[in-house]
Amino acid sequence: MSDSVDTTVDATSSRELIKRALSHGKKGRINKDLSNKIMLGVFRAAAYITTLVLLAIIAYVVINGLPHISLDFIFGWPQGVNAEGGIWPTIVSTIYVTALAMLICTPVAVLAAVYLAEYAKQGKIVDIIRYAADALASVPSIVMGLFGYALFVEAMGLGLSMVSAALALALLMLPIVMRTTEEAIRAVPRYIRWGAYGLGATKWQVVSKIVLPSAFGRIATGIVLAIGRAIGETAVVLYTMGQAINLPISPLDSGRPMTVHLYLLANDGINMNAAYGTALLLMVIILAFNLFARYLSRKRR
Amino acid sequence: MSVYQSAPTLEQAAITAKDFNFWYGDFHALTGLDLNIAKNAITSFIGPSGCGKSTFLRCINRMNDLIEGTRVEGAMTLDGNDIYAEGVDPVDLRRRVGMIFQQPNPFPKSIYENVAFGPRLQGVTSKSDLDDIVEESLKRANLWKEVSNQLNKDGLALSGGQQQRLCIARVLAVQPDVLLMDEPCSAIDPTSVSKVEDLMAELAPEMTIIIVTHSMQQAARISDYTAFFLQEVAGEPATLIEYGQTDAIFTSPVDSRTEDYITGRFG
Amino acid sequence: MEAQETPQIEQEAQTPKKRELALVSRSTYLKEKALQWIFFACAFLAVVTVILIFVFTTYSALPVFTDIGLADFFSFTWAPSEDHYGIMSLLAGSGLVTVGALAMGVPLGVGTAVYLVEIASKRVRRLISPAVDLLAGIPSIIYGFFGMVIIRPFIAQLTGGLGFGALTAWFVLAIMIVPTITTLTIDALNSIPMGIREASYAMGATKWQTIYKVVLPAAKLGIVDAIVLGMGRAIGETMAVLMVVGNAPVIPDSISSPISTLTSQIALDMSYSSGLHRSALFGMGVVLFIISAALVGIVRLISKKRG
Repeated sequence: MSDSVDTTVDATSSRELIKRALSHGKKGRINKDLSNKIMLGVFRAAAYITTLVLLAIIAYVVINGLPHISLDFIFGWPQGVNAEGGIWPTIVSTIYVTALAMLICTPVAVLAAVYLAEYAKQGKIVDIIRYAADALASVPSIVMGLFGYALFVEAMGLGLSMVSAALALALLMLPIVMRTTEEAIRAVPRYIRWGAYGLGATKWQVVSKIVLPSAFGRIATGIVLAIGRAIGETAVVLYTMGQAINLPISPLDSGRPMTVHLYLLANDGINMNAAYGTALLLMVIILAFNLFARYLSRKRR
Repeated sequence: MSVYQSAPTLEQAAITAKDFNFWYGDFHALTGLDLNIAKNAITSFIGPSGCGKSTFLRCINRMNDLIEGTRVEGAMTLDGNDIYAEGVDPVDLRRRVGMIFQQPNPFPKSIYENVAFGPRLQGVTSKSDLDDIVEESLKRANLWKEVSNQLNKDGLALSGGQQQRLCIARVLAVQPDVLLMDEPCSAIDPTSVSKVEDLMAELAPEMTIIIVTHSMQQAARISDYTAFFLQEVAGEPATLIEYGQTDAIFTSPVDSRTEDYITGRFG
Repeated sequence: MEAQETPQIEQEAQTPKKRELALVSRSTYLKEKALQWIFFACAFLAVVTVILIFVFTTYSALPVFTDIGLADFFSFTWAPSEDHYGIMSLLAGSGLVTVGALAMGVPLGVGTAVYLVEIASKRVRRLISPAVDLLAGIPSIIYGFFGMVIIRPFIAQLTGGLGFGALTAWFVLAIMIVPTITTLTIDALNSIPMGIREASYAMGATKWQTIYKVVLPAAKLGIVDAIVLGMGRAIGETMAVLMVVGNAPVIPDSISSPISTLTSQIALDMSYSSGLHRSALFGMGVVLFIISAALVGIVRLISKKRG
C-alpha cells in the first residue's frame, strides 16, 4: 500500500479506483446461490437428524415397553432370578435415594450460592470455588462412584446403603443446584434489594425475606433438573448402594435402583421385556421431571 | 393525503414508492406512501419515535425480509426496477444499496478484514486489488490517517466515532448506488458527527443518500430534501405527512403538524 | 473542674439528649458474621470435595503406583490374573471412542445449533429446542440400552461381527454429546450481537456467507468451549459405553472389534476386584479425574479469554 498523503482525496479518482478493483472480482452468482442453498440444507439436515434420533429413541422404548407395563409390574416384587415379576423395590429405592440426596444437597447448595452471589468479593477464593464447582460437575460419574465407595462405604463404614449412595449423588447434584441458584439470585433486580435495605433490613434479612423468595421459582427449576439427573444416574450408585433387591426402610439399608436393575436385566438378557418396561418407566419419570422444570421456568416469565 | 413542496419528479428520482404499505404480522405499520427520492442528493426522513421512518428505510434494501411475518403492498422501484418483484434477489439488491446503522457494528475482525469483507463477497481475491480498495475506502471515510499503521487491529478496538467511519468505509468498498443511514450519528461523539456530515456532503454528488435523523438541525444542515413521517394514533399505521425541498419544509411548512414538529412543539 | 473533665466525656457532651445513631450491636454483628461464615463453609465444600476426591482416590491407588510402578501402569498389558496392570490399551480405547464420537457429534451438534439460531423459523425453533433439551435429560443407561438392542445388531450386520466395538460406541456417544454441544453452541450464537449479522446482510452477504464469514468466527471460542465439554462427557461416560464396546482390554484390530475403556473397565471389575487389582482401578479413576479437571481448566482459560 502506498503511503500517499491523503489530505485531499480526489473523490472521482478514488471512486474509479475502487470500481476498477471491484470489477476484477469473479462473478460468482450461481455459485453463491448454490452454496447458500446446499449449506442451509446441510444445517437443516443436522437439526432434523438430531430430532429424529430423539423421537426414535423415545418411540422405540415406548413401543416395546408399553405392553409390559401393568400394575403388577409396577407394584409387584421380582421373582425367579429377579428378572420376572415386578420392579416395585427398585422404584422405591430410586425414590428413596433421590429424596435423601435432595435433602442433603439443597440446603448446602443454596447457602453456597448465597455466598457466591451476595457475600463473596471477586478474587482468588471465589475463582477457586468456581473452578472446583465446575470440576465437580464434570467428574466422571464412575469416579464419583469410586470415591463414594472409598469414603462413604468403606472409610466411614456406612456400607452399601441408601445414605452412601445419597451422599455421592448429592455431590453430583451440588454444582447443578449451586449454579442455577446463583443465577436465580443474581437475576433478582437490584432495586428490590435497595428497597429492603432502605427500610433498615440487615443483609441476612434482605437475603432470607426478599431475595430467596423472589428467586424461588428459578431455584426450584434447578432442583428439579438435578433430581432428574440423579434418578437417571447409574455408575455412581452401582457401587455405593449395592444391587440387592430390598425394600429400604432405614437409610443404612441397601437396595437396587431402577437404573442398575435395567443394566442387569439388559446385560443378562434373560427377560428383555422387563428391561423394556423398566426403561420406559425410568424415561417417563425423568421426562416428567424435565417437563416439570420447563413448566416452572415458563411460569416464571 | 401527503403534502408535496417542490418534491423530486419521477425523472429526478433514483427510488420511487407508490401507494406503499407495510405490515409487521397483523400490525399495519406504514400506509399510503408516495414519494420519489432524488438521485445523487441527500434526503432526510424526520419524525417522532415510532413514526415508521426507520421501517421505511429498511424496506428500501429489504432488511425487513429478515423479520418473520413482515409483508408489503404497493410498489417500490430502484432505477425503474421493481424491488419487490417476484424473483428479485434481496442479496443482490443489498449490494447496490448500502446501509449504515445507528449502533456502529464492525465485525469482530481486523480493520482490514472489515473493509475487505464486501469485495471478498463479490469475488475479489487479488491481494493488490484488495489493498487498493481498503486504502481508498478508508481514505474516503476520512479514517485512513488514524488507522493506516494498524490495519490488523480489531475493528472493535476503535472508538465509537471511528467504528462508525469504519462501517462507512466498509460500505464504500463495494461502491453502492444508494446509501441508507439509520440515525448514524446518534451513538457517536460530536467531533465524529461533523466528520460524518462532511463525508456525506462529499459523497452526495455521486451517491443517493437517505438519512433517518432525530436532529432537526442535522436534517436542515445537510439534506436537499426532507420527508416528515407521523403516526398520529397509536396502533394505527404511520404515513408521510409532508415532503419536499428542505428549505421549503423548514421555512414554510404547509401542514400544521409539520410546523408543530419542526418548531419543537411535540416529538 | 468541668473544663478538666471535658476531654474524657467529649462524645457524650457533643450529643446531649438527642437520640444517637446506634452503633452496630454486638449480637447483630456476630450473627451476620457467623452466617457469612456458614455460607462460606458451604461454598468451600465444593473445593473440599474436589480435593477429597483426588486425595482419596489417589490414596486408594497408591499400592499400584508403588508396587508395580508408573512405567508398568502405563504399559499395554491389562491382565489382572497375571498381575499385569497396564492401562494404555484402556486409555487408547477411551481416546478412540471419544475422537470418533466427536467426529460424528460435533458437526451434528453445531449444525443443529446454527440451524435453530440462524435459519429456522420461530415455529420450528419452538418445536425442536425443547426436543434437544429433553434429549439432554435422557439418562445414559437408556442410550446404552438403545445402542445395545438397536445400533449393535445393525453394526453387526454391517461388519459381520458381534457389533460390540468402537463403531457402535461412536454412534451412541455421538447421540449423547449432541445435546451438550447444541445447547452450549446456541448460547454462544445468541451472545453475538444482532447488529453484526444485519451489517453482513446489508453488505449483500447470503445467509451462508453471513454464517461462515461472520457468525461462526465471532462465536469461535464459545463453540470450542462446547466441544471441550462434549469431549469431557464422552470420556467420562460409563454405562452407555460399557454396554456396547464388548469389554476386551486390548488394542483392537478394527473399529468393529471389542475394546475396553477406562470407565467401562472400572465399572466391570469393581464388583470382584481386590488388592492390587482394585488399587489399579482407583489409579484409572485418578487418570480420569485429572483428564476431566484439565478439560475444565481449558474451558475456564477460554472463558477468560472471551472476557
